Amino acid sequence: MAEIVRPAVARPLSPHLQIYRWTWTMAMSVFHRITGVALYGGTALVAIWLVALASGKAAYDPVAWLYGSILGRLVIFVYTWILMHHMLGGIRHLVWDFGHGMEPGTRIAMAKYTLVGSAVLTVVIWAAALLAR
Amino acid sequence: MVDNRPEATRTIRTAYARAKGLGPAHHGTSEWWLHRVTAVSNVPLILSFVVIVALCAGRSYEDAVRLVSHPLVAILLILGVLSVTNHMRMGLQIVIEDYVHDKGLKIAAVIANTFYCVVVAVACLYAIVRVSLRTLV
Repeated sequence: MAEIVRPAVARPLSPHLQIYRWTWTMAMSVFHRITGVALYGGTALVAIWLVALASGKAAYDPVAWLYGSILGRLVIFVYTWILMHHMLGGIRHLVWDFGHGMEPGTRIAMAKYTLVGSAVLTVVIWAAALLAR
Repeated sequence: MVDNRPEATRTIRTAYARAKGLGPAHHGTSEWWLHRVTAVSNVPLILSFVVIVALCAGRSYEDAVRLVSHPLVAILLILGVLSVTNHMRMGLQIVIEDYVHDKGLKIAAVIANTFYCVVVAVACLYAIVRVSLRTLV
């Protein structure tokens, strides 16, 4: 078969995000990726916590103090929300992978539920955690 | 996977082979699938991780060690670390491949991504195992 030779000229790229009107599915898809990257960086906080736990009380107490401070709690609260958002977004994408929920109304509703559901789950987790203390 | 072809505009592969998405080793879709499998396993493991962290929050060092060294808790944490670090390595590699177009920079970023994920995984696994075994001796 003949060799495929593509033209060497710089062809125009397809239009990117800035040209489209924002939709719920698009916004939640972008946010899913942003939350994924944020969670990626945040795993270092988990590693620091576990290594401090394994290192002994002298190493654990300052880390526990930092994570329990106002700033620490704020970061972990936002991290909880990002985690729940990425989890619900992932479940939504799994449902879509099986070809369900692709209808116009349904897919917009599913994207909105990701935002509402993640906020609700975050509040429930923190309320339960504070009550359990 | 990273596009390692010396010149990406020419290929000896047929259009049909490209469309099928199978690489030369026929493993083209295995990483995509593993990304989904780890997404599924992440759900229960992350939920159990959230509960474990919530139970440790505000407690003493001794309480945290006692909880993490419980076999069931340690096993759930180890499974969570394995699932999450694999999932995030594949996820960030997709982000890198989408946005980093310079070939050298892309390969360096993919390698750095792998290193970060392995370091996080090993640090967490070592810590969990150490906390668990220390209470036995």
